[in-house]
Amino acid sequence: MKILVPVKRVVDYNVKVRVKADGTGVETSGVKMSMNPFDEISIEEAVRLKEKGVATEVIAVSMGVAACAETIRTALAMGADRGILVESAVELQPLAVAKLMKALVDKEQPQLVILGKQAIDDDMNATGQMLAALLGWPQGTFASKIEISGDGISVTREIDGGLETLALTLPAIVTSDLRLNEPRYASLPNIMKARKKPIETMKPEDLGVDPTPRLTLVSVAEPPKRQAGKKVGSVAELVSKLRTEAKVI
Amino acid sequence: MSAVLASSPTGCIAENPFLREEHIALRDQLRRFIRTEVAPHAGQWEIDGMVPRSILRRMGELGFLGIRYAQRYGGSEMDTIATAVLAEELGRSTFGGFAITVLVHTDMASPHIANAANAAQLDRYMPDIIAGRKIAAVAVTEPDAGSDVAAIRTTARREGDDWVLNGTKMYITNGVHGDVVLVAAKTDVSAKASRGVSIFIVEAGTPGFTIGRALDKQGWRSSDTAELVFEECRIPAINLLGSENRGFYAIMRNFQNERIVLGAQAMGEAQAALALTLDWVRNRKAFGGTLWDKQVIRQRLSMLASRVEAARCLVYQAAWLDAQGRDCIKDVSMVKALCGELVNDVMYDCQQFHGGMGYMRESAIERMVRDARIQAIGGGATEVMLEEVAKRL
Ligand SMILES: Cc1cc2nc3c(=O)[nH]c(=O)nc-3n(C[C@H](O)[C@H](O)[C@H](O)COP(=O)(O)OP(=O)(O)OC[C@H]3O[C@@H](n4cnc5c(N)ncnc54)[C@H](O)[C@@H]3O)c2cc1C
Ligand SMILES: Cc1cc2nc3c(=O)[nH]c(=O)nc-3n(C[C@H](O)[C@H](O)[C@H](O)COP(=O)(O)OP(=O)(O)OC[C@H]3O[C@@H](n4cnc5c(N)ncnc54)[C@H](O)[C@@H]3O)c2cc1C
Repeated sequence: MKILVPVKRVVDYNVKVRVKADGTGVETSGVKMSMNPFDEISIEEAVRLKEKGVATEVIAVSMGVAACAETIRTALAMGADRGILVESAVELQPLAVAKLMKALVDKEQPQLVILGKQAIDDDMNATGQMLAALLGWPQGTFASKIEISGDGISVTREIDGGLETLALTLPAIVTSDLRLNEPRYASLPNIMKARKKPIETMKPEDLGVDPTPRLTLVSVAEPPKRQAGKKVGSVAELVSKLRTEAKVI
Repeated sequence: MSAVLASSPTGCIAENPFLREEHIALRDQLRRFIRTEVAPHAGQWEIDGMVPRSILRRMGELGFLGIRYAQRYGGSEMDTIATAVLAEELGRSTFGGFAITVLVHTDMASPHIANAANAAQLDRYMPDIIAGRKIAAVAVTEPDAGSDVAAIRTTARREGDDWVLNGTKMYITNGVHGDVVLVAAKTDVSAKASRGVSIFIVEAGTPGFTIGRALDKQGWRSSDTAELVFEECRIPAINLLGSENRGFYAIMRNFQNERIVLGAQAMGEAQAALALTLDWVRNRKAFGGTLWDKQVIRQRLSMLASRVEAARCLVYQAAWLDAQGRDCIKDVSMVKALCGELVNDVMYDCQQFHGGMGYMRESAIERMVRDARIQAIGGGATEVMLEEVAKRL
C-alpha cells in the first residue's frame, strides 16, 4: 500500500509573525520556514505504518516555490521514500492544492492520503475535505488514532464532548490532529541519507491543473493588543466596574 | 540553494552563506532537542554538577556525537561547518556546562582517537564514542603547565608490554564521570617537548588512575571538572595513540578544531543573551516607556548585535577554511581571541540591562555571565591567542 502525504512549507511555529506594512499578508522574507507541524504528524504516521509492514511506500509531496524541496527533504529524513515537488510561482489555495493532489492520486494510485487537518499559516482546514470530495473517497478528519485492517481503516476523531470512531473503506482520506503521534527527530545519518532519495519536480500544467487563485485576500491586520487585566478588591467593586467600565451589565 | 537562512542574534534572520541544506536540517533538529530535552531539565543538572548519561546517549542515537566521523562507526561524515553549527546551537542553549560536556567529548577529546588511532583502537572506541556510551576527556593541562603546553611534567615510561604513567592533570572536563581519557605525557624527558610527548588512552577504573578531586567552579556548573592523578598507572602498550613522541603535534593540530568550536559556542551564547535581553528591555517599563525606548540601550544592543554577527562570520569562515583543508591558524586564533572577549562584553551589558534581576540566580543571564568568563581563559587564553595572531601578521 502506498501512502501519499502532502507537506506544506510555512512560517516556523516559533516565529512571531509580523503583518506586512501594506496589509497584504504576513512577512515571510527572511523568516524561518519549516514543515507545517500537522504535516510532520502525518509523515510520522505514514512512516510508522511502513515500519509496521502495513505500507510499502511513503511519498511526500510539496507544492509552491522551489524551496519547498527543503520541506520534502525533511520528510525524507524522517523516513519518507521519495518526494514530488509541484513548483508554482502563483499562490496555491486549498482548492488548487486539492486538484493537484487529485491528479497525483490518479497518477500514483495510493490507498491512503494523510493530510494535516490544517496548515498553521492560514488555518484553512479545507484541503483534505476538498480532496475527499474530488475523489469521492471517504474521509476521517481530525484523527487522533488510526488503525488499518484489511481494506478498512478505523479513524478515531476528537469531537466536542468525546471521541468518535469511524470505520472507512480504503482508499481513504485522513487528516491528522495534534494527538495522533509525536513526530520523531530526523537523526543525522538519516538527514544525510535523505540527500540521496529522489525528488521529482513538475508543474501544475504537467498535471493539467490551473492553479489560479479563486479567492482574493482583502487585507491582513494585527489582532488588537490585549489590555492587561485588573485586580478588584471586592465583589461590589467588580459589579460596579462591570456596570460602569465594561458596560456589560 | 547554496545560500540559506539562519537566525541572527536578534531573532530575525541573516544570511549565512556557509550553510547548506543538511546544515540547516541539523540545526533544526538540535534546536528542537535543546528546547524539549535540555532546557526544561538543565537547571537541575547545574545543581547535580553533571549532565545525565541518558541525555548523552540520546544525542548519540540522533547522530549528534558523530558529525564528522566515519559512517562505518555510526558517524555522518559531515564537515567543520556542521561542527560549528553543533557548537553554536549548544551555546545558544544558555547552559554552557551542558554545551562543554558535549563539545569536549565530540570535538576536543575524541578527535585524538579519530585522527591518530590504528584500526584496532578505532574499532574498540569509536562506535561507543559516537553512540554516547563512552564519554571522552582530554588531559593536557597540569597544575604547573597550562598555556605553556611544553612544560607538562607527567611522564610515561615503557616497561615491557606496558606504559607506566606518573603525574597530575588539572581542570579536566568530563574528568569525574568520563569513561576514556586521552592523556598527554612525556615519553622522552631528555628531548624538547615538541619531540618528547605522546598521547595515551586511559580508561576509567585503571589501577593507579584516580580522581584527585572534583573541582568547584564559578560557572559551567553542570560540567564535571577534575584533577586527575596518575601514580604508577600501568596501561598496555597498545594504548599508545599515534606515533611515540609525536603527541605535541597532535595537540597543536587539534587545538584548531577546539578553538573553532569554542568560538562558535561563545557566539551561540552571545546570541542567546542578546535575544533574552531584547525581550527583557522591550517589556520592562521605566520612565514612562520601555527600556527599549532609551536610545542608549538600543544603541548599545545594536552595536553588540553587529559585533556578534561579524564575529560569527569569522567563525564560519575559519570553519570553512578548515573544511577545505587549508591552513588557518591565524584565522582560528583570531576567532578564539575575539569571541572569548566579545562574549564577555555581551554578557556584561546584557546583565547590566537586566537591572537587579540580572544579579539573581533565577535569571538565565546571571548563569550565562558566569559561564562566559572561561571563554577568555580556557582552550587558549586571549593573550596567548593574540601572540599566535601577532606572529602571523
Ligand atoms: C573549567 C575549565 C575546564 C578546562 N578543561 C580542560 C580540559 O578538559 N583539558 C585540559 O587539558 N585543560 C582544560 N582546562 C585548562 C585550560 O585550557 C587552561 O586553564 C588554559 O589553557 C590556561 O592555562 P592556565 O590555567 O595554566 O593559565 P596560565 O597559562 O597560567 O595563564 C594565566 C594567564 O597568563 C596569561 N599568559 C600565559 N602565557 C602568556 C604569554 N605567553 N603571554 C601573555 N600572557 C600569557 C594567560 O593569558 C592568562 O591570562 C580547563 C580549564 C578550565 C578553567
Ligand atoms: C542584591 C541587591 C540588593 C538590593 N537592595 C535593595 C534595597 O535594600 N532596597 C531597595 O529599595 N532596592 C534594593 N535593590 C534594588 C536596586 O537598587 C535596583 O535593582 C536598581 O535601582 C536598578 O533597578 P532595577 O533593578 O529595577 O533595574 P531597571 O531600573 O529596570 O534598569 C535596568 C537597566 O536599564 C537601565 N536604565 C534604566 N533607566 C534608564 C534610562 N532612563 N536611561 C538609560 N538606561 C536606563 C539601567 O541603567 C539598567 O541597566 C537591590 C538590588 C540588588 C540586586
